[in-house]
Amino acid sequence: MLEVILSALILLGALFTFIGSLGLARLEDFYTRLHGPTKATTLGVGSLLIASMVYFSTRGEGLSLHELLVTLFLFITAPVSAHLLAKAALHLRLRSLAVVPPRAEASAPQQANRDAPSDETVQR
Amino acid sequence: MKRHLLPHPLLTPALTLIWLLLVNSLSFGQLLLGLLLGWLIPLFTLRFWPNRVQVHKPLTLVRFVLVLLYDIVIANLEVAWLILRGPRRVHPGFVEVPLALRSELGISLLANTISLTPGTVSAWLSPDRTTLVVHALDVRDPEALVATIKRRYETPLLEVLEPC
Amino acid sequence: MLSTAVSIAFLLVGAAFVMALLRLLYGPDQPDRILALDTLYVNTVALLVLLGIHLGSALYFEAALLIAMMGFVGTVALCKYLLRGDIIE
Repeated sequence: MLEVILSALILLGALFTFIGSLGLARLEDFYTRLHGPTKATTLGVGSLLIASMVYFSTRGEGLSLHELLVTLFLFITAPVSAHLLAKAALHLRLRSLAVVPPRAEASAPQQANRDAPSDETVQR
Repeated sequence: MKRHLLPHPLLTPALTLIWLLLVNSLSFGQLLLGLLLGWLIPLFTLRFWPNRVQVHKPLTLVRFVLVLLYDIVIANLEVAWLILRGPRRVHPGFVEVPLALRSELGISLLANTISLTPGTVSAWLSPDRTTLVVHALDVRDPEALVATIKRRYETPLLEVLEPC
Repeated sequence: MLSTAVSIAFLLVGAAFVMALLRLLYGPDQPDRILALDTLYVNTVALLVLLGIHLGSALYFEAALLIAMMGFVGTVALCKYLLRGDIIE
């Protein structure tokens, strides 16, 4: 019984990891590609880690809960890196299938000013 | 005096728990060492944490975390299905979410929540911190999406962190 | 049964690696490549956890934790580089 649950968790985790990467390879613009790895892959690795937790806890060497730490870490860091990547993409004005709100793009430093150093940099 | 010795009462048990998970044991010695670390690390990193976090309604927070876990699973199924159906059928779009939260912690928690849940990634925060631009993978009705985000995630966070 | 499941899982995660590598090669922009690298890190964590179950050894967990941490720091540093551009502080 336990083995069935474990196998199901492992297969589910691997499947989600695969689907996340498939999204990365298959979707058409950067912003939609961002969704695959941040969500599907996080859950995939999450269920693999739960499987590992159950496996090592039931081998009779005491509880093994430290996989929770990796899961927690991934759930905290995945959104942060996704947000930063999206911000960098907006900054670089990547091609998008959706209409980008003008304010978000306008906030990026003006391309023209980049070559000419501003007053501050000259002073330094 | 109490504020001086224990600047972040919530951080100490959290750090102790993380230490116990890291060493993967529950012996008395490790518990003691974890408590010591949980007490010393907040003291030494006090400068990075100027504001004390206060949780006002713990039950709302617990319910919020449970709703969030459920939504993460649903989100993943939805995104997986969208990816498998093929890139032709998705309707991506940007929506702007006006924020009622004011604190840095609240906004970053909301942005992380949005990134973890159904087909949305928070992409950009306006410099005056009033609007969050969110990219959605499959958006048919932008107003409904904004309303869902505000009702489901922002309201509980407001109640927990910034009660009026 | 468990070993069959682990074998299939190895195949699926390996295929995921290939997908991320394709994106890393074809690109077209820098954020795409950073995203591909980030995905590779997460996939490596998955692979190490699988290897741990396969070999019945908990040793690989520490490596997985370290890779997850380093991957996050690397992604953030690269994104910061893109955001700041060539502006020297």
